[in-house]
Amino acid sequence: MAGLATTLGSGAMTNSIAEIGDAACIMAIGTSTTEAHPIIGYQVKKAVRQGAKLIVANPQEVPLARFADLFLPLKPGSDVALLMGMARIILEEGLHDQQYIEERCENLDQFKQSLEEYTLQFVSDITGLPGEDIVNAARMYAENNPSSILYCMGITQHSHGTDNVIAISNLALITGNLGRTSGGVNPLRGQNNVQGACDMGSLPNVFTGYQKVTDEAARQKFEKAWGASLSGEPGLTHTEIFDAAHRGEIKAIYLIGENPVLTEANAAHSLEAMKKLEFFVVQDIFLNETAALADVVLPAASFAEKNGTAVNTERRVQRVRKVLDPVGDAKPDWWIVSAIANEMGAEGFAYNSAAEIFKEITSLTPSYAGITYERLEEGGLQWPCPTEDHPGTPILHTEKFNTPSGKGKLMPIKYRPSEDCCDFDFPLILTTERNLYQFHSTMTRYSEGLDELSGGEHIMINPADAEKLGVADGDLVEVNSRRGKLQVKAKITRRSQEGVASLSFHFAECPTNLLTSAALDPVAKTPETKVCAIRINKA
Amino acid sequence: MSELITLNIDGVEVKAAPGTTILRAALANDIYIPHLCDHKELTSVGICRVCLVEIEGRRPTVSCMTPVEEGMVVTTSNEELDQIRKVNMELLVLNHDYDCQNCAKNSKCQLQELTRYVGIDENRINAMRAPELASPLDDSNPYYLRDLNKCVLCGICVRTCEEIQGDECIDFTFRGIETKIGVLGDKPIAESTCVTCGECVTRCPVGALVPRHAVEPTYEVDTVCPFCGCGCGITVGARGGKVVSSVADPDSPANNGSLCVKGRFGLGFVNSPDRLTTPLIRKDGDLVEASWEEALALIGDKLGQYKGEQFATIASAKCTVEDNYVMQKFTRAVMGTNNIDHCARL
Repeated sequence: MAGLATTLGSGAMTNSIAEIGDAACIMAIGTSTTEAHPIIGYQVKKAVRQGAKLIVANPQEVPLARFADLFLPLKPGSDVALLMGMARIILEEGLHDQQYIEERCENLDQFKQSLEEYTLQFVSDITGLPGEDIVNAARMYAENNPSSILYCMGITQHSHGTDNVIAISNLALITGNLGRTSGGVNPLRGQNNVQGACDMGSLPNVFTGYQKVTDEAARQKFEKAWGASLSGEPGLTHTEIFDAAHRGEIKAIYLIGENPVLTEANAAHSLEAMKKLEFFVVQDIFLNETAALADVVLPAASFAEKNGTAVNTERRVQRVRKVLDPVGDAKPDWWIVSAIANEMGAEGFAYNSAAEIFKEITSLTPSYAGITYERLEEGGLQWPCPTEDHPGTPILHTEKFNTPSGKGKLMPIKYRPSEDCCDFDFPLILTTERNLYQFHSTMTRYSEGLDELSGGEHIMINPADAEKLGVADGDLVEVNSRRGKLQVKAKITRRSQEGVASLSFHFAECPTNLLTSAALDPVAKTPETKVCAIRINKA
Repeated sequence: MSELITLNIDGVEVKAAPGTTILRAALANDIYIPHLCDHKELTSVGICRVCLVEIEGRRPTVSCMTPVEEGMVVTTSNEELDQIRKVNMELLVLNHDYDCQNCAKNSKCQLQELTRYVGIDENRINAMRAPELASPLDDSNPYYLRDLNKCVLCGICVRTCEEIQGDECIDFTFRGIETKIGVLGDKPIAESTCVTCGECVTRCPVGALVPRHAVEPTYEVDTVCPFCGCGCGITVGARGGKVVSSVADPDSPANNGSLCVKGRFGLGFVNSPDRLTTPLIRKDGDLVEASWEEALALIGDKLGQYKGEQFATIASAKCTVEDNYVMQKFTRAVMGTNNIDHCARL
């Protein structure tokens, strides 16, 4: 998200789900949309039926590739080269939107200079794609407007994830695809309320609505509202927190609704970190692998057992409504956190309902100021929604960008290879994927039937690699990386390109993240789980 | 918007947009024309021939395939039409399993509705009926059953898979009297490319496709799906303290009436016997059940010792906006640190 915040001033999906179906071109890069976001997948397929061009760029031959006009099986971690190469072709062939660039963008000259590196030969060498396909992709994207770019973790989970995002933003800016219906740059958020958790400042550097903790005025506002003095020093990110715990600097963690034993990159390292903690509280709906390590485990109410709101990937704030009473003594998360605050003698946590909390949120968050529970009864509202008569904002940046100058910033980017490189000992690249029938690590494992449909974990290996390794379909193999090893059954499939294998990370029986690297993007601090050098042996 | 077209159906003046079929114009004006294979979200195909009408000056025609025209005079029922419709109905019912009492679709079946309206002669049907209905039940999918003995070949499932889901994993297979809906190689559905979105199951007008563990809910609540970031509107049904059903909210702009396998069938985790129901505290190495008072007192005491940079919160993208607000407020205002993050980067 840091990438878009730099170039456009707002790190969120610029357009709405319903618009995707009417795009003239869709470029889906680093997303297996039909599996991870099936409903958005329906929209993409609808657009294709209506004649839209579809470009799918993914190291894996994801199911959506079947519908693509152009499938680009690029090498893992080569996205910057592809995207910048496309930008170069678009500018060279004059397919860009000159008027839009002049009126709404800045920094064109510097950006153009940085494109010199990206000759067709260079891009073709890095991505492993034929030059012709790269040229066609550039033309297809630029000539069919409106053109929408969809991306997901295949773009962000790299040590150069922020660069990838900026490269996407550059492409949309030079073709004038931002601020228009069915265009845009659309990061697909993975969790039901990941947008809402970000909006609420469950991040180390911002309060609600992305008001910076380093901003004196914002801090004073919250200090006054909360009656407490607040730190102006940004905190640690997810991966950094576990690193600090490993070093013994962080001694107590309160972890809610997450299972880092399975989901954290370089999981063995985080596991050691959790074991070193002096006090570890875990709050969840299940006693998952992480909760089993805790000093205290607190039972939370599930989504069906509480009231509140959630924000989907298109910034739409929607009501979550209670269906059942919580099981046993389980309680809503806000209730539990407030009870701890009250136990510690804090003021300002005497909440009786989610509605009461929401009012406090809107009073402190300009982009939410116009949203009320009463209005949400009529359907969701997309932020920014600054006043009670504001209809919400389906499309961002229609008139200006949220940058200081109001212009979209074209940014030069230098190609950097992924950090975890292959060598003689680790000749293959492992990338991670998701499975339609599973969701992250816990919930779906408890829903009868989904496990059966998903067919369990398999490492997907290209037939050519399988032959070299002497591995047959269904064989048990041992997978080693520089950080860990595990055993899993092999599936021989052309879904994986030669030299690349893939695993999901849904299964406790096969803890994929023991293998992955936690090399961080320098800006967003996202770990590089999409590229990891491995060795496969028959077990 | 082009000018509306005016026509007359059964003596009622009706207005409709150009291109609208007579059937949909009639239904929009509360005039019932019996129909089966037409579905408002799908292309019309004119398979079942039940929606016959007479247009002044023309032969009887299917209303689902005929666009409205200015000044058209339409009759939906007269002796001739009813007679033809009855024969067409007989052809639909002829090889349909009669066991309505034991059918999950009983009382919600469009074929029942049609037979009530059109009326059929049971003796005539029995005389023509095949001696036995022999398609084996396809129970290979964990979430829905496929009983071809109840299929009337309306093709709604085929069009749903093509037009809503976009996967085209089922189609009409074989020919003539042998015709059936099938997958490539006539295999069980679980061995096909079906992704179990359940869109066809919700649209099947008869009992050929039904959810496997269908339980009627006692009440339903509109909420949002708990899985990915699409934020689909779902209507969750509950009965006896358990979640028993989930259907798409047709008014939700995020999903526009559609769902995937997880949102439709995957909410069973809420009812899992493995849910945490009480606080647990580690004593002598083991996690043992404790009261809220005990757990809160312990946490309050312990966290009081780690205020500032020794503490961090990992918040959750699975929790609500309100939950997350309180978490970061607690971390910042009570624990005095900005060490809070969640899984947005994972």
